[in-house]
Amino acid sequence: MINLKEWTRSGEPWVWVTAAAVSACVLLVTGLLALIVLRGIGHFWPVEVQEFVYLEPDGQRTTIVGQIRTREEVSAQRLAESGVTVEEGVEKVERILVKTGNRDLSGMDFRWILEPRILQQKAPYSMVVLERQEWGAFMGQLLGLKQDGQLVESTDVWAGFQAMIDRADGLRDEIKDLEQKEIGHLNYQIEELRLDERRLQLRGVDDPARFERIETERQKLKESYLVLEQKLMALNEAMGRDSVIMQVAGGTEVELPVGTVLDAWKPNAMGPFERVGHFFHKFWSFLTDDPREANTEGGIYPAIFGTVMMVLLMTVVVTPFGVIAGVYLKEYARQGLMTRFIRIAVNNLAGVPSIVYGVFGLGFFIYTLGGSIDQLFFEAALPSPTFGTGGLFWASLTLALLTLPVVIVSTEEGLARIPRSIREGSLALGATQWETLWRTIIPMASPGIMTGLILAVARAAGEVAPLMLVGVVKLAPSLPLDGNPPFLHLERKFMHLGFHIYDVGFQSPNIEAARPLVYATAFLLVMVILLLNIVAIHVRNGLREKYKGLET
Amino acid sequence: MIQSQQLPLEPAKESAKETTARKAGKKPKGPAVSVENLDLFYDNVQALKGINLEIDQRQVTAFIGPSGCGKSTLLRCFNRMNDLIDSCTMTGRIMMSGTNILGREIDVAELRRQVGMVFQKPNPFPKSIYENVAYGLRIQGMNKRRVLDETVEWALKASALWDEVKDRLNESALGLSGGQQQRLVIARAIAVQPKVILLDEPCSALDPISTLKVEELINGLKEQYTIIIVTHNMQQAARVSDKTAFMYLGELIEFGDTDQIFTNPREKSTEDYITGRYG
Repeated sequence: MINLKEWTRSGEPWVWVTAAAVSACVLLVTGLLALIVLRGIGHFWPVEVQEFVYLEPDGQRTTIVGQIRTREEVSAQRLAESGVTVEEGVEKVERILVKTGNRDLSGMDFRWILEPRILQQKAPYSMVVLERQEWGAFMGQLLGLKQDGQLVESTDVWAGFQAMIDRADGLRDEIKDLEQKEIGHLNYQIEELRLDERRLQLRGVDDPARFERIETERQKLKESYLVLEQKLMALNEAMGRDSVIMQVAGGTEVELPVGTVLDAWKPNAMGPFERVGHFFHKFWSFLTDDPREANTEGGIYPAIFGTVMMVLLMTVVVTPFGVIAGVYLKEYARQGLMTRFIRIAVNNLAGVPSIVYGVFGLGFFIYTLGGSIDQLFFEAALPSPTFGTGGLFWASLTLALLTLPVVIVSTEEGLARIPRSIREGSLALGATQWETLWRTIIPMASPGIMTGLILAVARAAGEVAPLMLVGVVKLAPSLPLDGNPPFLHLERKFMHLGFHIYDVGFQSPNIEAARPLVYATAFLLVMVILLLNIVAIHVRNGLREKYKGLET
Repeated sequence: MIQSQQLPLEPAKESAKETTARKAGKKPKGPAVSVENLDLFYDNVQALKGINLEIDQRQVTAFIGPSGCGKSTLLRCFNRMNDLIDSCTMTGRIMMSGTNILGREIDVAELRRQVGMVFQKPNPFPKSIYENVAYGLRIQGMNKRRVLDETVEWALKASALWDEVKDRLNESALGLSGGQQQRLVIARAIAVQPKVILLDEPCSALDPISTLKVEELINGLKEQYTIIIVTHNMQQAARVSDKTAFMYLGELIEFGDTDQIFTNPREKSTEDYITGRYG
């Protein structure tokens, strides 16, 4: 028999305990990721559409068409309490959540059905799922196509339908281009003219020739706007040419304009490869599309863009500030009560709840600084604020403040790790302290500084609460980067993945439809942070490689 | 005291006369460094007590003594390395070319260009071999490739490292062996053409063969430089130095020709230390 005391002394239990702690951590993290991935990514998989013949509680037989979302067991008692009659002697009933779509027709797009009441279930090959611009998904069978109100005679209706969708896609791209690029640019110029005029008025210039010039300019722009408007109307008319006739569950025929259909697929007729292809196609459009229908449909591209942009700006701001402060504290400041006090203050700053930073950002950056900037430089645009309201720049600045302690502390630690002999070696060659720092110490401390930046990036990308106060919105009309000078619009409001999760999860009008999007967005947020970190870690490892051998 | 050099703190720009003197191997007259009544305190602890010492030009002077006797502290006075320690205060004078280098108005960086130092453990920068040697020149603002190339080659040859590294000048200096690193550090120190080189136990981290090489190097370098070496190894002091100073508990006990110190010490404690009775 093994002696327990001996066994304890050998240290083996300790090995087990530590290993168990590590495994628990690994399990929790992988579990979290697996949950997010499964729940979120599953949303893009083309699930089969089932046709159920269902016995309604009132005894009628109805046809329900939809995709199975989840199954769960509920106790008969609970069902009975909610007014559903259950057969005697049954304790548990399986119920199924079906996504039926067609919200415009039935008013709801999800319903629970009870397994025992399903009389018949099949998955017809011809079932079609449509992704639409509004009202969510549509499910039914394809009957025919109409062009200019006339029924199209065709042997292959499906191929004809696909061609119509492609045509509509092309038109939609044209319209979007026209609206965002050309008309957007015109609007921008007209707004600039208005500001010019206002500026002249504010300066008290009463040279009628100048106002006239602005007016003629404006007339020219308005004329070109009318031309563009004509073009837009023509495109919109072309969009309305085609329509599709679908038959929904129960046999009703519905006519839908093809212009509102974004995509159509037959999930039941797909082979495994087609399914995988469809999955990636859907995932890609989730990454690259704008959100639709109060963020419950469409993609999240603006949110990804806003998140990355904000983190990059924050890094640009926080790096010099943090590093310089750290260098001063470690290298120049006389070590004593004062530096100790400052260090304690900095460390405590890292523990301040982030919403407090948000309040500070709103009160100081936006109202005080932004308000003053507006008074000084954007007087013409008042009373509508330019920098006096939340925006990308203020959000980045607020987060830079939030992550400053991390960078300061890691800079100090990085500097402390440089052996004294290196400093002395450089000083002994006649370098001043500044030259020693700049040529030797800071490059050698750069991996440590990068570690701080990695932590800062991870924290900033995941932060939501302060952002709500300083510039993140549910839906931003335009990206902070575009073709109008000065190209980078720091004052614009932006979207953010973290806030998007909150918005879709808690503020959504259609909970069931939004749920997978919450997971998918969470997955993407994790991916974005991971990607930013991988880049930073890569840079750090490069620096480490360059200055290796230091640890000896 | 004869002041042979007028403008003391202009590095690497020696007068034509000096250059000819150096090339001819002539020894200029007068001491390189003279220490006058030097006291040094760490807070309230006195680490050096009334040191008076004259160090000859172009000779090797060794400081020996038991651990903690203040020999490294004294060495670090010559290039004001003790300035890095906040609690350190000094009184007295250290004269170098007619100037008191402990004076407030001294540009310490300039001083250190004239007084190079090599430390106990080799401390090459994490840069290429070439950049290590060129570091001091770059600090002085020298960026001409030709001058840098020439100086690097000259310094590496002078420190007997050229043949070993000439094909990998752009590789990291951290890849060299300990002995090579120490010679590289010496090359780095002489590349800025100092007048005095301080060696703080330069061989204590090296194996016997590397030690031998560094000692040979010291012998060669004394033709051109004033060398002050701190060592624990009495054989080494006997081998490489012309003069030896024995220190004990912060005081300079005995200073004289190496031969005399090792064969016929005047003081009892010197004899005890040399014969290994303590220390």
